[in-house]
Formats: sequence, structure tokens, C-alpha cells
Amino acid sequence: MSQETHSTHQHVSSRKMYFAVFAALLVLTFATVLVARVDLGVMNDVVALGIAVTKAVLVLLFFMHVRYSTRLTALTAVGGFLWLAILIGITLCDYMSRGATMPVPGK
Amino acid sequence: MASTTIDTHHLNPAGHHPRLQHQFDSLEQQKESSTLGMWMFLVTEIMFFGGLFLAYVVYRTKYPHVFAASSHHLDVTLGGINTAVLIGSSLTMALSIWAAQVNKRKLIVVFLIATMVLGAVFLGVKAKEYTDKFTHHLVPGAHFAPEDEHLQGPAREQAQIFFSLYFMMTGLHALHMIIGLGILAALIRPSWKGRFDLAYHTPLECTGLYWHFVDIVWIFLFPLLYLLGAHAR
Repeated sequence: MSQETHSTHQHVSSRKMYFAVFAALLVLTFATVLVARVDLGVMNDVVALGIAVTKAVLVLLFFMHVRYSTRLTALTAVGGFLWLAILIGITLCDYMSRGATMPVPGK
Repeated sequence: MASTTIDTHHLNPAGHHPRLQHQFDSLEQQKESSTLGMWMFLVTEIMFFGGLFLAYVVYRTKYPHVFAASSHHLDVTLGGINTAVLIGSSLTMALSIWAAQVNKRKLIVVFLIATMVLGAVFLGVKAKEYTDKFTHHLVPGAHFAPEDEHLQGPAREQAQIFFSLYFMMTGLHALHMIIGLGILAALIRPSWKGRFDLAYHTPLECTGLYWHFVDIVWIFLFPLLYLLGAHAR
């Protein structure tokens, strides 16, 4: 017998779990549409993006099986989003601080 | 949630699974390698879409009111329906992998076709939305003329930035869906012929990763483009 026969244990996600994630995603979609009708001031974006991030994490963990993947694969996935955060974060530091600097002496 | 061992009757006389390439020690290692490679590709996709998201964030912080007013011209109902349709297609995609894992080849095909149908519905709704934008002169360019008091003068030019981003982001997303439909179509034949089972279903798994990634992009596009400032008027 070759080696792979006794080492091939793999995770099989149940249908129940997939349907539960699907239901949660639909509920969150409904929630985000409803809450968008209410003016929460600066919290508008925080709530909308909070719900979007929650939905994305559900898809990543369960539909994309990151929860059951190896650490290397999970790290790669996290790394991708980390780099996106760096891209947006540092660019915003630039744009949002323009005009906020002290006047240069002698000019 | 169950762990299962592969059936030995799939093995060829040499003792290897027919889908195991010789450079790998085991199917597990082969799958891990493919999954990691797919994720590397998806990381480049995150940065690809990321550039557009960044442009959106920068211009939105610059012209928040025009962006909110422009957002009113997008149809929240159609956008919401499309969100649900896309989530449903992610479910059927995930279920096709489940079908492979329980060795039901006909069910794999059923779920792949269901995924394609939902994907096509999404694109159909998108086409309807694009048509509406053309008839209402909301496509950036020489004929851009919104009938909206909030979008006149300098706001008219700034609104063009919003609609340019809308068409580029949803257009790039739709292009990914069209490519996804092609990949799904290519999987139907091998699925029907029984090439995928519990031990080997890497093409389904990687296509699933791609399809779910495209779903995640839409999960962010929907609130950012459609729901922005839905409370204002």
C-alpha cells in the first residue's frame, strides 16, 4: 500500500454548516440595507463596513475553508488583506493630513 | 463535520491515485500546493481590486456629499437582490464541493449548473442596471447629464468621478464573473465523467476559492456604492 492511503484524512464540511452560513449572510445583507436608512452620523460607515467585514470573514472561514486550511494558507490569506490595509492606510495618512501641516518658517 | 479515509478502489495498480502527479508525495501535499498557489493568485487579485477601492476611498473623502447624492441614482433593490443571488451562488458552489466529497457526481453537475444560473442572473440584473444608467445619462463622458439639482455645476464633474468608479469597479467585478462562468462550464464535463471524488477535487476547490473571492468583492461594493447615504433623502 502506498503512503497516501493512510495519511489522507481531510475535512468534509457538512451541508448544515453551509446552509447556516448562507442564512447568516442573508440576514446580515438585510440588516445592512435596513440600517443604511437610519442616519447614524459617523457611525454609518463603521456599521456598514463592520457588517461587510463580518460577511467577508464568514465566507473566508467557511466557504473558502480557511478555518480548516493549513497555517501557511491562512497566513497567505491574512497577508493579502494586511497589504491592502497598508495600501489604504498609508495613502489616507497622506491625503487626510494635507493642509494640516505647520507653516514653514521664513516662507 | 466528519473525517473520512479515501477508498482504495480508486488506486491504480501502482498504488497511486490516478490524479496524483509524480512530483508530489501524497494527494494531501498536492492539494495543499494547489490551494496555496490559488491563494497567491487571490492575493494579487486583492491588490488589483484594492487599487480601485483606494481610488474610491480617496475621492469619497474628498467629495463626500456628491458621492452620497450620486449613490442615490443606484437601485438599492436591484443591488440587494444581486447580493442575495451572489451569496446563493456561493452556497451552490460550496455544495458542489460537498457533493464531490460524498462521491455524488450527478449532484456536482447539478450544483455547478445552479451556480452558473445564479451567476447569469446576477449579470442579467447588472445589464439592466447599466441600461438604466445609459438612459438616464449617468454614464461619464460627453453625454453625462444627471437630472438632479444636487449634481449640477462643479458637483456634476465630481459625480462623474463617482460613476467612473462605479462602472470600473462593477465592470471589473462582472468581468471576473464572466471568466468564472467559463471555468464552471469547463468543470461540468469532468465532473459528469466522475473525475472528482473525496480524494481528488482540487479543480472544484480552486474554482470555489475564486468564485467566493468574487463574492467577497461584491460584499464590499454593495454598501460602498449603493448604500452610501441611503438615509440622506
